[in-house]
Amino acid sequence: MSIEEIIPGAKSVRPLSPHLQIYSPQITSVLSILHRTTGVALTFGTIFLVYWLLAAAHGPDAFERAQIFMGSWIGQLVLLGVSFSFFYHLSNGVRHLIWDSGYCFELSVLRVTGIAVVVSAFGLTILTWIIAYIRAGLL
Amino acid sequence: MVAFNLPKNSKITNGVSHKAGSDAIRIKTFKVYRFDPDSGNNPRLDSFEVDLDKCGPMVLDALLKIKNEMDTTLTFRRSCREGVCGSCSFNIDGTNTLACIKPISDVKGDVKIYPLPHMPVIKDLVPDLSVPYAQYTSIKPWLSNNNPDEGTERLQSPAERANLDGLWECILCFCCQTSCPSYWWNGDRYLGPAILLQAYRWIVDSRDDATEERLDNLDDPFKLYRCHTIMNCTNACPKGLNPGKAIAEIKRGLAKRL
Repeated sequence: MSIEEIIPGAKSVRPLSPHLQIYSPQITSVLSILHRTTGVALTFGTIFLVYWLLAAAHGPDAFERAQIFMGSWIGQLVLLGVSFSFFYHLSNGVRHLIWDSGYCFELSVLRVTGIAVVVSAFGLTILTWIIAYIRAGLL
Repeated sequence: MVAFNLPKNSKITNGVSHKAGSDAIRIKTFKVYRFDPDSGNNPRLDSFEVDLDKCGPMVLDALLKIKNEMDTTLTFRRSCREGVCGSCSFNIDGTNTLACIKPISDVKGDVKIYPLPHMPVIKDLVPDLSVPYAQYTSIKPWLSNNNPDEGTERLQSPAERANLDGLWECILCFCCQTSCPSYWWNGDRYLGPAILLQAYRWIVDSRDDATEERLDNLDDPFKLYRCHTIMNCTNACPKGLNPGKAIAEIKRGLAKRL
């Protein structure tokens, strides 16, 4: 039910109090919006994965072009973003699963698991890139 | 609907500055949201210099001092001044809390005071709470028992009674309700953390026979499932309660029924 259904005309005479403009960023809401952002980023990242697979199915020339693009600095930047998004979304997804089981809701625990998710996302991303660079013989 | 910007009639303009007396040593500036419905003007942000040596320790003390000595037209709700009535809930220094139990010394720099976020404003710091009250009514916040009144108390075991702890203490100040971005964007259909905590308070009450109907009423993509476990609610609650957990328990209750 909206205010207009209860008091018709209220919207025109009553201003809306400020919200996003004045609410301090909270660790709770910042990590939540990051979960959604990384989810959206992964959706777009899937386009690159599909392109890469299609190129592989299309033949050696197409695959070669895809590999050159993925290896370019812009391609690597995209992959870096996608890999961080993946690990953040995965880690925070586990946090959501724990919540859905009814655990870890205490305010102090919320902060600890929030920080843990960020550390885990950065850690796994860095680890992945180190392994990738070693395997590519670049490190 | 998500709308990041304020509507045209809600944009905040610069307001009036009130200076402290020349003998004041410890001065704190309070920036207070003002809206006068009779003026036809947009809301404004007034600033008041308060002499802390002649003021009580809490933010509410400063608001009362401002109203008594600097601008009697300043309008806000207050009653118990000890955190049990839930009237003086505002957005103070960027988060929602009760002015009566928020020490001024907790705030670094100027103390900014706004009405509870994303609500229609009646005057100054007084928001229109008609919608959350109507939502509260919709969850039937009273005991529903099929057995006739036998003239005695309806007994509970200590364990059954303990289920209500952390729920009955809610004072409906709506600090959690208006800290929730989901409630900002979908407040017309999402019931919000305060109302859902109250709903859970009756779901877990061992004396209540309407548990199934209560769950049926909440089994809705908007009423309940607009909660995305953001947890601003639990972070804001001035009584230290956990609306986020109460909502999770409702979701679990529904999942177990499948």
